[in-house]
Amino acid sequence: MLVVACVKQVPDTTQVEVDPTTGTLKREGVPFIMNPFDIHALEESLRLKDRYGLRAVVVSMGPPSTEVTLRKALALGADEAVLLSDRAFGGADTLATSLVLAEAIRRLDEREEVAVVVCGRQTIDGDTAQVGPGIATRLGYSQLTLVDRIDEVDLRARKVRARRKVGGWHETVEAPLPAMIAVVREINRPRYPTVPRRLMAEEATIALWNNEVMKLDENKIGLKGSATQVRRIFSPERAKGEILGDGLSNPEEAAHLLIGKLIEKDILYL
Amino acid sequence: MSSNAIIFAIVFLAAMALFAWSSFRRFRLVALGRPEDRFSDLLKRLGGMLVYAFAQRRVLSRPFGLNHFVLFWCFLILFLANTEFLFGGLFPDYVSLSRLPDGAYHTLAFIFDVVSALALLAVVVAFIRRAAFASPHIGGLSRDAVTILSLVAILMIAFFGLHGGKIALGSEPAAYMPVSGFVAGAFFSGASAGSLAGYINFFWWLHAIVLLGFLNYLPYSKHMHILTAVPNCFFRNLSRVKILPREEFKKGNTFGVGQVNEFTWKGLFDSYSCTECGRCSDACPATFTGKPLDPRLVIHDIKMNLLKNGPLIARKKTPVLPLIGDDKEGSIAEEVLWECTTCGACVEVCPVFIEHFPRIIDMRRYLVEMHAKFPEELLTLFDNMEQRSNPWGIAPAERVKWAVDIEVKPFEADKTEYLFFVGCAGAFDARTRRTTVALAQILEASGVSWGILGRDELCCGDSLRRLGNEFVFDNMARENIKLFADRGIKKVITQCPHCYSTLKNDYRQYGAELEVIHHSELIAHLIQEGRLKLDGAGDLGRVVFHDSCYLGRHNMIYEAPRKVITSATGQEPTEMARHHAKSFCCGAGGGRMWMEEPIGKHINVARVEEALEKDPETICVCCPYCMIMFEDGLKDKGVTEKVKVLDLAEVAARALK
Repeated sequence: MLVVACVKQVPDTTQVEVDPTTGTLKREGVPFIMNPFDIHALEESLRLKDRYGLRAVVVSMGPPSTEVTLRKALALGADEAVLLSDRAFGGADTLATSLVLAEAIRRLDEREEVAVVVCGRQTIDGDTAQVGPGIATRLGYSQLTLVDRIDEVDLRARKVRARRKVGGWHETVEAPLPAMIAVVREINRPRYPTVPRRLMAEEATIALWNNEVMKLDENKIGLKGSATQVRRIFSPERAKGEILGDGLSNPEEAAHLLIGKLIEKDILYL
Repeated sequence: MSSNAIIFAIVFLAAMALFAWSSFRRFRLVALGRPEDRFSDLLKRLGGMLVYAFAQRRVLSRPFGLNHFVLFWCFLILFLANTEFLFGGLFPDYVSLSRLPDGAYHTLAFIFDVVSALALLAVVVAFIRRAAFASPHIGGLSRDAVTILSLVAILMIAFFGLHGGKIALGSEPAAYMPVSGFVAGAFFSGASAGSLAGYINFFWWLHAIVLLGFLNYLPYSKHMHILTAVPNCFFRNLSRVKILPREEFKKGNTFGVGQVNEFTWKGLFDSYSCTECGRCSDACPATFTGKPLDPRLVIHDIKMNLLKNGPLIARKKTPVLPLIGDDKEGSIAEEVLWECTTCGACVEVCPVFIEHFPRIIDMRRYLVEMHAKFPEELLTLFDNMEQRSNPWGIAPAERVKWAVDIEVKPFEADKTEYLFFVGCAGAFDARTRRTTVALAQILEASGVSWGILGRDELCCGDSLRRLGNEFVFDNMARENIKLFADRGIKKVITQCPHCYSTLKNDYRQYGAELEVIHHSELIAHLIQEGRLKLDGAGDLGRVVFHDSCYLGRHNMIYEAPRKVITSATGQEPTEMARHHAKSFCCGAGGGRMWMEEPIGKHINVARVEEALEKDPETICVCCPYCMIMFEDGLKDKGVTEKVKVLDLAEVAARALK
C-alpha cells in the first residue's frame, strides 16, 4: 500500500524582492525551496511509512528543475519520486493542478493501492489551500484538512483517525480510507537527511510523467484548464509613514506621542 | 648460583614471553585502526620527542611535573642497571658491572645507587601528593596508582637490600655506593656471612620478581604510558590546527566514527598513551562547569571500548559495546559529545599530545552524517546554513545592511587588494555590526585597499564542520573557494577568528592558498607601519583582554591584539587568571553558539566571573562569538552598567586620531 506526499517547489518568498519601478516580483536569482508546509506533509508520510510499513511515494508537478526538490524528498526517506512535468501543465491554477495530481495518484493506485495522500496545508507562493481538497474531491477520497495529529491509520478496518486544529479548538475525526490529509506545520518536526541517503538520492531515477504518459485532455490542464487567471501581481501600496518625536533621547515623550496617536486613530480608548 | 640461574632463566623466559604476548595482544588492536600518515618530517618528530618526551617540557609546566621528570630519568638510568641485573641473573659468570674497568664500574655503581635513592624519594613525594594535594580529576590514591608506586618502592628497597647485603659481606666496595653503604651499616652490621647470603638471596629474588611483575603489569594498567608516551610524542600531529581530514562522499562509504576501529591507528594509540593525569580535565570548560564531558574519560572510554570490542572486531565478529550511546565505561554518551566547544585546551595541555576534541568531532560526524542525530536546536541551524548560507537564515540581501551609513565598495579583481570577509555575525548580528563599521573606519583611515562581496558573501561553514556536518560544510567550502577564485580574491581580512581559521586552515585542504589576515594582526601591522595613528589616550579604564580559542590556541595569535590595546589606550591590557595558551573558552566554539546549555554552570558566566575578578571597566574581545557570550554573561551578572565589552576594532577606532 502507498502513502503519497504531494510537494511543490516554490520561490523562497522571504528572499523575493519587489522591483520598485514595475512593482512586480523580481524572480531571477531567487532560490527555490520545498514549500515549507509540504516538508511537514512529506515528514508525515515518512512517519506513516515507518509506522505502518507503507511505501512512500512523493509527487510534484512543476518545471524540470523541480527534480532538486524531489531528490531532497528521496534523501529524507521517500521510496519513489514522480515528477509531473510538461509544457502543457504550465500556468495551471489550483483547479488544473489538482486534476494533474489526482490523475497521477490514480495511476499510482492502479499499480499499488493508495491508502493515504498527504498534502501541506497551503503553499507560500499561492496561499490558496485548495489543491489538497481539490485532489480529494476529484478522487472521491475522504478529506481531512488542518490536521495536526494522525492518531491511527487502520489499514484492515480501512479508516483513519486524526485531530484537526480548527479555530480555537481541536476536533478528532474518523474517516474511511483512502483519505487525503492536509497537515499544518505543527504536526511534526521534519527529519534531517543522512549522508548515505543523500548520496543515494543524487543517483536515484526520478520517474518523469509528461502528458504523453498522462494523456490528459489539454483543455483541462495548464493555463487552458484554469478557471482563474493572474491579471497583475503587485505589492499593496502603503501610506507613507512619518517619524514622530525622538524615541532614542526622550522615550517618555515618544510614548506619550504614540498613545496620543493611537487614541486619535480610535485604536486605543481611554 | 647455577641452579638459581636455571630457575631464574625459566622465570625470566616465562615473564618475557607473557609480556610479549600481552603487548602483542594490546598493540595488535591498534592496527585495527584506519591508516594515517604520521611518518612525515622525521627530524621534526625526533626533535619534538626529545623536547617533550625526554625533556618533558609540558610535564614540567606543572608544580609536580618535576617529580615526574625525576622519576622518568631515574627509570631511564635504572634501565641500564636492570638490564645488567637481569642478564647477570641469567649469566652470572659473564655479566656483571664488576667486570668493567674499575673507573666505569665505580662510576656506574655510584650513579645507580644515588639514582635509586632519588627514585625512592620521588615515589614518596608522589604518594604524599596523591594523598594530600591531588587535583580533583586525578583520582587520588587509586588502586592503580598505589600498585605501581608500591612496586617501584619495593624495587628500590630490594636494590638497597641486595647491595647493602653485598657490601656487608664485602663482595662490593662501600665507597662508591653511599646509600647502599648506609643500609649495610644500619641494618646488616654484625650479621653472619650465612645470614647475609640469605638476605642477599632474598632481596635478589624480590628484586627479580617485582621487576618482572612490574613489566607484566604495565600493559594492563594506565602505566602502559611508560611504553607508549615516548612514541606518542614522536607520532604527534605536527600541525598546530587540529583539523580532521576531508571525507570522500562516495556511495557505499561510511562517515565519521561509530565503531572504535574507525578511528585511525593514531587515535587508538592516543588512548593507550593516556596516564590519566587529568590535566585535560582541569583545562576543559565543560568539565570545569560541571558537565558530564571530561576529555580524559572520552580517551579512557575509547581505550576500554577497544579492549572490549577490538578482539571481536579482529575476528570479524560484531562488537558488543557501542562506542557511542551507553553510559557505562567504554561507551560515550551522545550528550557528552555535544558539550565540546573544540576550544583545544585539552590538546594544548596534554603532555603526550593526545588529541581529544578531534575524536569528539569524529563521533559527531558519525551521528550527524550516518544517523541525522543531533540536538533539536541544530536542525534550524543546518537548514539555514544549507538554504541561506548563514546561521540565522536571514535573507542574503541583508548582508549589506551594516553599511547603510558608510560607503563601501565591492571587491574588484586587480583593483582591490583585500577582501573584507565580513562574516555572518559581522553582517547580521546587530552588536557585531558595530565592530564591522569600526573596522571599516580603520581600513579607510589607514588607506587600505579593500572591498566586500556584499550579498554574494557566503558563510565559511565553521560551525558545521565542528559540529560534524561535513557534507554540507564540504559543499559550502567548495562554493566559497570557487567564488574566491572567480572573483580573483587572494588576500582576505576577517574579523571573526572562526572565519579566519576556516579560510586559512580548513580551506587549505581544498587547495585554496589564501592569504588570510585577522583584523588584530592587520591593525597591529598598520600601527607598526605608521599607517594607523592612535592617540593612546583611551577612556576605557582598565581593559581586560580575552584570548579567543581560534585566534590564540588554534592559530597562535597572542601578541598582536595586546599591542593594539597598548597603542590605543596607552596601557597594557590586564591579564585574566587564565590567558594566552591557557585561556578559557567563552563557550561558543564548536557550534555551541547555536545550542542550549542545560547542564552545569554556563561557560560564559564562568569566564565573565574570571574577568570580573580583575575589576575591569572594559573587556576586549576579538571574536563576535566571544562578544555575544561576554555580553550575555555580564547581563547575567547584572553589571552591564559598570563593565562594557568592546571588540578590538572598536577599541582601536575610538582612538583614531
